[in-house]
Amino acid sequence: MRFERVTVDFGGQPALDDVSFDIRNGESRVVLGESGSGKTVILKTAIGLLHPSKGRVFLFNEDITGRREQEMFSIRARVGMLFQESALFDSLTIEENVSYPLVNQKSIQLDEEQTHQRVEEALTFVELGHTLEKFPSELSGGMRRRVGIARANVTEPALVLYDSPTAGLDPITANNIMALLVKERDLRNATTVIVTQRFQDGQIMAKYRFDRDSGELRAASSDGGSVSGLKFMVMREGKLVFEGTREELGLSTDPYISKFVLRH
Amino acid sequence: MLDILKGPVLSIQEFFQLTGRTLKNLPKRPHYPRDILNQMDILGVGSLPIVLLVGFFSGVVMALQMSRALRTYGAVSQTGPIVAITLVREMGPVLTSIVVAGRNAAGIASELGSMKVTEQIDAMRALGTDPVQKLVKPRLIATAIMLPCLTAIADFVGLLGGYLIAYGVLKLTTSEYWNGAYRAIEYNDIAQGLIKPFIYAMVISMVGCFCGLRTTGGTQGVGLATTQAVVVSSVWIFVLNAFITQIFVTL
Ligand SMILES: Nc1ncnc2c1ncn2[C@@H]1O[C@H](COP(=O)(O)OP(=O)(O)OP(=O)(O)O)[C@@H](O)[C@H]1O
Ligand SMILES: [Mg+2]
Repeated sequence: MRFERVTVDFGGQPALDDVSFDIRNGESRVVLGESGSGKTVILKTAIGLLHPSKGRVFLFNEDITGRREQEMFSIRARVGMLFQESALFDSLTIEENVSYPLVNQKSIQLDEEQTHQRVEEALTFVELGHTLEKFPSELSGGMRRRVGIARANVTEPALVLYDSPTAGLDPITANNIMALLVKERDLRNATTVIVTQRFQDGQIMAKYRFDRDSGELRAASSDGGSVSGLKFMVMREGKLVFEGTREELGLSTDPYISKFVLRH
Repeated sequence: MLDILKGPVLSIQEFFQLTGRTLKNLPKRPHYPRDILNQMDILGVGSLPIVLLVGFFSGVVMALQMSRALRTYGAVSQTGPIVAITLVREMGPVLTSIVVAGRNAAGIASELGSMKVTEQIDAMRALGTDPVQKLVKPRLIATAIMLPCLTAIADFVGLLGGYLIAYGVLKLTTSEYWNGAYRAIEYNDIAQGLIKPFIYAMVISMVGCFCGLRTTGGTQGVGLATTQAVVVSSVWIFVLNAFITQIFVTL
């Protein structure tokens, strides 16, 4: 996923202003920034839900700038996205919600039995295997978020985008959700982009790896170093003001940037 | 001055773009038959009680009013034909469409509007479905099928209402009323009476979808979109009705 000097305008101050970055296959990225800094706009622009007024957007090395909606579906099928408020379809059950991408994406041909199995696996993964017949309105915010995560990952996409996965949740639930994302990332080696206002989320992404043998999260390295291929970005009023590793982020002296870093 | 006009002109342009895209997509797969049936149920079956009521009482009122005017010419026996013609040509299509506009343009706009502000439309696009195919097309097809049917039903219960007055109050015989009504209606009238609701169905569903899909600004925006959908589609129905009537009159 690559942005080249992308500007997104809604009239008035641009929501993204001349933003360039490159996320390679298998890397992960944590995007920090305060409310209204353009984090959601980055993710929506990346999969063509919003269109840049300037610059070019690349997804899987294909230039998707200005592509027509119909031509976007095949490439969107390779991306999973969790929306900020989960965006579950409230007229559909949890099972129908999670099976939605499996049923509707043309590149996926599964029969009913296989679909059901995949949905159940995905929901069991987020520890919600018992909610298949419920409706989104019957679940708590944290549960809805987990359903959203299951829906984003059920097609096993190569790239997963998470918009504020922990926003509005209590710290314990938030950490559980982050643990799920790490697990999802390491089991499938998916390229992962996380947008968040919480620096702790980035810490968890950077410090931990999922250990297949024990089935638990383990420190990525014994000396407290970071997962390789993980970088941070900081957004401010539509501008990209920092891009670098966790260590570089910690060394930054810029007051806005260091606001996001908790020093222990 | 130009700035004031820019907003509405842009909206109208976007409206016709959406309509054009929907019509172009009509023959294209996927068709989502389940969504079409579901919408036909909500629209058709759901609107039936109110359409029955409105149709029946407009027939009753028309028979009462007309009989007064007809009595001054000593032509009360013409009640059947007059009720039939006004109902089939004008009252049936317009009243049914207005009722359905109030009910379903509002329903469509608020449903799509809530989906828009909670990012469900974006999610739909992200997960491989085109909202035009999945949401707009089923609503257009369902309304275009159900509204002419509802109109025919309203016409019939209207005639029935007229008959009750003609028989009970005006003391006409059953055959006087129904034969008169039957003979008065020509193919031209039936064509007009079915083409009108078909066109208004497009107006209702497309305005509802358009207002819903461009909702912004949270729950307040949804309320605004809903009101707008009802007002705009009702006004369009009245204006178009004048044009279509004019065309059929000169035919
Ligand atoms: N559809 C839209 N129409 C108009 N302006 C928009 C739209 N979407 C976003 N914006 C504007 O773009 C800017 C960035 O919004 P964005 O949603 O990306 O913020 P964010 O970083 O995700 O904030 P938060 O953490 O609160 O979700 C905001 O100023 C917002 O007003
Ligand atoms: Mg956001």
